[in-house]
Amino acid sequence: MRRLKAICAIVGVLTLAATLPAAAQVPFAPASAVKEGLDIGVSSNEIAITSDFRGADLTIFGALSNTDELLLAIGQYDVVVTLEGPRDYATVRRKERVLGIWMNTESMTFQQVPESYSIASTRQIDDLEQGPSFNSVGVGIEHLPLDPVGYIRNSGVISEFRESYRRLKLGSGLYQRDTSGVRFVSSSLFRASLRLPANIPDGQHMVRAYLFKSGVLIAQRETPLRVVKTGLEQAISDAAHERPFAYGFLCVLIAVVTGWGASLMFRKD
Amino acid sequence: MTVYLPIAELSVNILIILGMGAAVGFLSGMFGVGGGFLITPLLIFYNIPPVVAVATGANQVVASSISGAITHFRRGTLDMKLGSVLLVGGLAGATVGVWIFSWLRRLGQLDLFISILYVVLLGTIGALMLQESLRAMRRAKQNQQLPVRRPGQHNWVHRLPLKMRFKKSKIYLSAIPVVVLGFGIGILTSIMGVGGGFIMVPAMIYLLRIPTSVVVGTSLFQIIFVTAYTTMVQAVTNYSVDIVLASILMVAGVIGAQYGVRVGQKLRGEQLRALLGLLVLAVGLRLAVGLVVTPDDIYSVAVGGRSY
Repeated sequence: MRRLKAICAIVGVLTLAATLPAAAQVPFAPASAVKEGLDIGVSSNEIAITSDFRGADLTIFGALSNTDELLLAIGQYDVVVTLEGPRDYATVRRKERVLGIWMNTESMTFQQVPESYSIASTRQIDDLEQGPSFNSVGVGIEHLPLDPVGYIRNSGVISEFRESYRRLKLGSGLYQRDTSGVRFVSSSLFRASLRLPANIPDGQHMVRAYLFKSGVLIAQRETPLRVVKTGLEQAISDAAHERPFAYGFLCVLIAVVTGWGASLMFRKD
Repeated sequence: MTVYLPIAELSVNILIILGMGAAVGFLSGMFGVGGGFLITPLLIFYNIPPVVAVATGANQVVASSISGAITHFRRGTLDMKLGSVLLVGGLAGATVGVWIFSWLRRLGQLDLFISILYVVLLGTIGALMLQESLRAMRRAKQNQQLPVRRPGQHNWVHRLPLKMRFKKSKIYLSAIPVVVLGFGIGILTSIMGVGGGFIMVPAMIYLLRIPTSVVVGTSLFQIIFVTAYTTMVQAVTNYSVDIVLASILMVAGVIGAQYGVRVGQKLRGEQLRALLGLLVLAVGLRLAVGLVVTPDDIYSVAVGGRSY
């Protein structure tokens, strides 16, 4: 059995607390006078995971500044934190029965969508009435822009393919949502837990935090996070992709040695 | 006990893979076949992506063919010249095959195509084997003699131009059908991950009228180089050879084959062939069912696909 290797990419933002502006402490200051601020901190901008990685949680701390205490108390501020994987094209295919056999008949390729996407929010953001705001910034699995490549003859199927894409990604764990993943530690400090799936792609990820006030985006921060896979298995995979000639040659060599060795070992004479 | 396959990108039970390799190796030793046509479908049943199963299957056949070829070389039952002519066709066929393979993969039809090819091939071979062995059993019961093949008999193949003399096989034969046969087998090697001996051997005996004594050794010689070449090309173009999976299969396979040979020598030929025929039919049937049964999800998603 493989051990579950929990990684702790713990994220200290103790320094942030110290930088909270004095305005936040003044209860009756006019809220509109000063713009609300948002800061996040990640302890490291690189995560190394081994091939037996079974998924883990990434914790991100953040701080709000210049918030209106009254609005905060009635829950008018919403924080959304996302972790976006590297972007690539994605092709969704649909099978149909042709002459009794199931085969892929239609396909649709979406432009540059994140391979993985984890989202944590203070509440169910898809329930928020101010949907258009989320849509315009593309926050949330339901709001990620999925633009098909090329000409689509039957535009009616686009929504079907989009829906299937989201369903398959959520099903594989590469897309995750946690509607209670962001919790306020104090009135201005919050902690977000993002799930890193076991099959997380390596490469450049982006941690993004969004601050919404009454459903309107007022502040946004982002910080890169590199996911690097380590271990023997990853070294093999890298070799297969980066030095395919040497890799292929090694595969053949192993076969020759194994076959030859067996014929020597089991020789009857 | 699980092991992570870096190219297939999944964790598998090492004991199951070892068992699969040993079982197929045992059968291949027993029947003198390469075993690629059994290992690839078995890997697909075990959820290994067909792309990886095919490329890794070709790699595994290199190991299983080598010891047999060495034996035939020592005994002098290997026609190098004939093998080389076959090989020319085989290498060209494998190149075209990998190209078709990549093209089908881009189209999203590779898995289907591999399955259909296997269903057709395993169905045909299994049925023929079963029929032939049943006939042989009946004949044995009635104590009949095998019909003797007259070596002087020629067919259309022997009227083709570009004749060459193959000293070891003691035949004078056109290079064209030999290259064409090698070419066809090369395509099968790269698309299906098989050595193709189960087609090449009967074709050489019945179609080209090559003496049975050199057929197996010569086909093994060709298979080694074509499968080795296919492994290289698959590694370079599709990055789909899984070295971990291949190593486990090879080690288990060559050991299994040694015991298979010993058991095969003690058992009755017709009954063994009937059993193998049934097994081949069963694997083909299982693949056919997979094609017809309604999938869990009619949608699938793949990363990439920019140019389509």
